[in-house]
Amino acid sequence: MGKTDIGPPDFWDMLPEAIKRNYGTWKYHEHVRPGVLKHVSESGEQLYTIRAGSTRLLSIDFIRNICDIADEFCDGHLRFTSRSNIEFMTTDESKVEQIIGALNAMGLPVGGTGNSISNIVHTQGWIHCHSAATDASGLVKAIMDGVYDHFTDMKLPNHLRIAVACCINMCGAVHCSDIAVVGVHTKPPKPDHERVIAQCEIPTTIQSCPTGAIRRHPDANIKSVVVREDLCMYCGNCYTVCPAMPLADAEGDGVAIYAGGKVANARKPPMFSRMVVPFLPNKPPRWQEVVDIIIKIIDVYRNDAKPAERLGEWVERIGWEAFFRKTSIPFTEQHIDDFSHAVETFRSTTMFKW
Amino acid sequence: MADETPLLDELEKGPWPSFVTEIKKAGEKNKAAKDLLGVLEKSYKDRITHWKHGGIVGVTGYGSGVIGRYCDSPEEFPNAAMFHTVRVNHPAGWYYKTDSLRKICDIWEKYGSGLTNMHGSTGDIILLGTTTDNLQPCFDALTEAGFDLGGSGSALRTLSACVGPSRCEWANIDTLGLIRDLTMEFQDEIHRPRWPYKFKIKASGCPNDCVASIARADFTIIGTWKDSIRIDQAEVQNYVRNGFNVEKHVVSRCPTEALKLDPQTGELKVKSEDCVRCMHCINLMTRAIRPGIEKGATILIGGKAPIIKGAYLSWVLVPFMKLEPPYDDLKDLLRKIWDWWDENGRTRERVAELIERLGLKTFLREIGLKPVPQMVKYPRSNPYVFFDK
Repeated sequence: MGKTDIGPPDFWDMLPEAIKRNYGTWKYHEHVRPGVLKHVSESGEQLYTIRAGSTRLLSIDFIRNICDIADEFCDGHLRFTSRSNIEFMTTDESKVEQIIGALNAMGLPVGGTGNSISNIVHTQGWIHCHSAATDASGLVKAIMDGVYDHFTDMKLPNHLRIAVACCINMCGAVHCSDIAVVGVHTKPPKPDHERVIAQCEIPTTIQSCPTGAIRRHPDANIKSVVVREDLCMYCGNCYTVCPAMPLADAEGDGVAIYAGGKVANARKPPMFSRMVVPFLPNKPPRWQEVVDIIIKIIDVYRNDAKPAERLGEWVERIGWEAFFRKTSIPFTEQHIDDFSHAVETFRSTTMFKW
Repeated sequence: MADETPLLDELEKGPWPSFVTEIKKAGEKNKAAKDLLGVLEKSYKDRITHWKHGGIVGVTGYGSGVIGRYCDSPEEFPNAAMFHTVRVNHPAGWYYKTDSLRKICDIWEKYGSGLTNMHGSTGDIILLGTTTDNLQPCFDALTEAGFDLGGSGSALRTLSACVGPSRCEWANIDTLGLIRDLTMEFQDEIHRPRWPYKFKIKASGCPNDCVASIARADFTIIGTWKDSIRIDQAEVQNYVRNGFNVEKHVVSRCPTEALKLDPQTGELKVKSEDCVRCMHCINLMTRAIRPGIEKGATILIGGKAPIIKGAYLSWVLVPFMKLEPPYDDLKDLLRKIWDWWDENGRTRERVAELIERLGLKTFLREIGLKPVPQMVKYPRSNPYVFFDK
């Protein structure tokens, strides 16, 4: 047995020398062009960062290729962002174009800074997850193809963050994104009575249900559970604790679209994303309906919002009734909340638009 | 095995880089990666996942860091029948020297599918797809190369930080140093799950919150300051000269009307007691406006995604805390929270849900914090109050 609890490598050993020299003494930064940042320190030293868009799923050969670029131009250092972009840093302005050239030659776009759409935060989907209601990587690829020009440009009112989660567990915590796509099940779990007894703890399974829809099987001889389908909202929490309660269904699974969330405190406090489309069926490989609605929302937002207004701030200003009118997205009974914090979302004023 | 993947091939078209190309590249060298492509094509055809619930697999001495994964069609895809994930704790800030990344690539070429996520949503390096037999030798090789596993299950999950003082002038705390320190202090909590459910810690250097700590962490650390923003009047004049409308884009958009542009002198003034440090003016005038000097952090509690009682954004717990090594106050606070949650939490109950169930008042008493108005948006509107005798 080898070593344990050594922890990750010390970040300090990973930093480029220019960053070590100027750690904590940066003075300001500028957006030189889409995908290129310039940070200037108190000492006057300048650091250029070139940001490339990438898939989250990478082969080791790809990683070796970006290491080659970092070795050639960046003294063997690189960085990833929290949104799976890759950043190359240099103090030498003349290397900026060369780095962009090398990245483009690898098929990687440079962008994702400033008032752009950066890379999509997402989850595993059908690549690797047992509870996925949709694929994540495929949706992300289709959406990023559709909004590609917003990655390489900075022409939106503010930045726009998109996230994809393949089920409502939301491993990507997409609930505060400008636009979020969430995989949803719409059919209740089907307990496999023979496997429930072997694989599940019945009290834990019953307790896992937030709406009390799971009961002991009425026949005492059958050591299993039943689901009251009228109470089930397909969250899948029971399936997480009991593998014999599968709820995935080719016809019933699909995605919902949410909008208007943010985490920054700028101007307004952080906001949750709100449901704009309750369900669209899974249409692999390219989910065209989903992509079309996202593009529509972005187009209306960019033509209608004030400079620096995030999507959610814009919707709050114009009102959700105006959002649904301007985007031509139908409002349905599914949009009205009936879960734990529902009453906070009902309107108690006569101020609204027609 | 699947040599024909007509559906996935569609996802090699278009300008954005393709993950399908990445799987195919790995599949040329590795049978498991090749079978993964087949499993995924089958999912695209069937519109359903072909992965089963994970079994319990891991490395000696750890309860977390490995996610077991099995395919539901092992006869069809024998090389992806077992496809476990290894979560590797990233260096804070996601900076790498290429030689350390190459070491990971070499290890994963030897012991896994050659496919990775850089990075998973919690921040780990994700090594995607290996067998039970390869887990221990892979882990041993990783620790030899200076890496360790991250958290999974009902444990402290891998901590993450924004870029902080390494490359941002707005960092009010040393996010990277802090996260490094906490990660090393709480190795046992990361590697040996023993709590009601998961617990996440994230640190952002300013209220822009670039790692989404308020939405994605049970324990949220956001850098802030107590004194006034710093304004460089000469730079303000440069913005004006360059045609930037300071009144329209900055002054009129200040949420608390704390800014004023003097019509005579052109001086930009802030009424510091009205400023809520939202970052709007700083974001728009990076060369002219900066955070103050009396720096520290606001500590918030409870952020999480909807499972199971609904999503929460973290709530203010400590409006201002100085954060300097060895961070003893912060660590004491964390340990008190964990003790209370561990004692009172039900299975799969996150700390926010427990606070909602037992009350913020109870929670504050138990961890020894005095209530202050910064903790709430409004005081209560109902008259149903408990008073001690």
